Amino acid sequence: MDIKGHAWKFGDSISTDHIAPGRLFHLRSNLPEFAKHVLEDVRPEFPSHVQQGDFIVGGKNFGLGSSREHAPQIIKMAGVGAVLAKSFARIFFRNAINVGLPVIVCDTDRMSDGDEIKVDLEAGTVLNLTNGDEQSFPALPGVMREILMNDGLAQYIKDHQDLPIH
Amino acid sequence: MPQSMAEKIVSEKAGKPVKAGEIVIAKVDAALTQDGTGPLTIRQLRKFSEDKAANPGRTVQFLDHAAPSPRMELSNDHMLMREFAQTTGSVLSEVGDGICHQIMAERFVRPGDLMVGADSHTCTGGGLGAFSTGMGSTDVAAAISLGKTWLKVPETIRFEVSGYFQRHVYSKDLALAVIGQMGADGCDYMSMEWGGGAIDAMPIHERLTVSNMAVEAGAKCGLMPSDDKTREYLASYGRETDWRPLAADPGAAYSRVVDIDATQIVPMVAMPHTVDNVVQIDDEQVKGVQIDQVFLGSCTNCRIEDIRVFVGLTKGKKRHPRTRVIVTPASRAVMKQAADEGLLSELLDFGATITTPGCGVCVGVHGGVLGDGEKCLATSNRNFKGRMGNPDSYIYLGSPATAAATAIYGVLADPREVV
Repeated sequence: MDIKGHAWKFGDSISTDHIAPGRLFHLRSNLPEFAKHVLEDVRPEFPSHVQQGDFIVGGKNFGLGSSREHAPQIIKMAGVGAVLAKSFARIFFRNAINVGLPVIVCDTDRMSDGDEIKVDLEAGTVLNLTNGDEQSFPALPGVMREILMNDGLAQYIKDHQDLPIH
Repeated sequence: MPQSMAEKIVSEKAGKPVKAGEIVIAKVDAALTQDGTGPLTIRQLRKFSEDKAANPGRTVQFLDHAAPSPRMELSNDHMLMREFAQTTGSVLSEVGDGICHQIMAERFVRPGDLMVGADSHTCTGGGLGAFSTGMGSTDVAAAISLGKTWLKVPETIRFEVSGYFQRHVYSKDLALAVIGQMGADGCDYMSMEWGGGAIDAMPIHERLTVSNMAVEAGAKCGLMPSDDKTREYLASYGRETDWRPLAADPGAAYSRVVDIDATQIVPMVAMPHTVDNVVQIDDEQVKGVQIDQVFLGSCTNCRIEDIRVFVGLTKGKKRHPRTRVIVTPASRAVMKQAADEGLLSELLDFGATITTPGCGVCVGVHGGVLGDGEKCLATSNRNFKGRMGNPDSYIYLGSPATAAATAIYGVLADPREVV
């Protein structure tokens, strides 16, 4: 599956408070409205200008902090095709897969803001169409691949009435 | 094969010997959600199941993040959670009962349990020797419904703490020192396992503080041994029969062992906007910084012992006129105990505001939101930009003793210098 879009660069240590701020706690049961504020405390123009298929390109330890699954939910809802980062915080990484948002560990120094990027999830490659750079990324563990390919854990359990491994 | 504490507990729950790196299915002994994550948990669960809990007596819904509710949207979220608790027969912890991790410690956590919670600080349960970890709403929905979860058995970093704590130095200072040293991702995906003389001597309320902050180093869990101190703690809540001894096997495999001399630790402060941005209280970067609000609260540090420490330093004094003081006891039981001991009266005389047991101040929902450019010294666990409700404010983290000194002088202050 190919995803194509532009890179939105973010720095290291983007927390779930940056993504889904606590001051908007009352929007947690209204995700379409919450998505209009995603990451606005870091880049105010992001929620209104992000295009379907665009990439969030972070640095180290993306998604650190709270367990709020609303964070990957509203990133996905805003139209983001995948999050690329040098590393991810544990709970965010798992939550993203559980809601069907691809998360990719790669060297994000090789991308600049606005670069056109193509990700091939099957082949495990990230192609920077702007500067011609190509890199591969490690495959997910089997259990997470199955969840992602089933559009998330809830759908997987609905279809199989069990967890991916037994 | 000698096992780490994490390997030992997960082996029991997986029904086979496991070692670090394996991905396994494990039985879940208890699950929690709170009002920030519970409504989404319920909606996710309803995508694949009727409202059912595999283990309702140990499935707990907490109304603690917006308690009492400041907005109609959140009141409606509370209604959804009450309804789900009633339909499934699971446990509801009402507005005012207190913070999820404190109540779990008082009433539910057992050494050797595997617990999951839709709250990142679920790792607090490690203070009682439980493999207790935070997950998102969908994972917890699956655990509630199926009574099991999948997980990768974490590698372990062993922290061996020798010596003793100097006067006015607490386990919060140890936690901050270690996070500063390891970094916010220094223990990513790992189990932090604690041992050594200073841990053996450490009372449970201080162990809970250290385990609570494991996630701030990126860890999956923070495991303390279960020993006589654990037994006494459980007995004090009428739960001695929940006790069992638990420790790592001698010779267990660790990815790293970190030696710490508690005697060398001084009061520490995490500066804005990351928890690993840690300095000593006498560092030039924090010396004399004016503080607008002091917050004694959260699942990290507002147990009865923390309130005693705070009042011990502030008794008979008045807060600095520039500095507001908010105190949020961790639970109804803690608040009642503080009332019985006359501590609430002392706090009011000092000039503090006392709020309902819960999480609202720490997480920026209500009751203590900072103004533009304001600075807060909090005993909580996070100082991310916007954490306390305003992205244009600044949060410093410290111990209850440091909070007391700061409230007296109106600037970040060293509790060892309170006169």
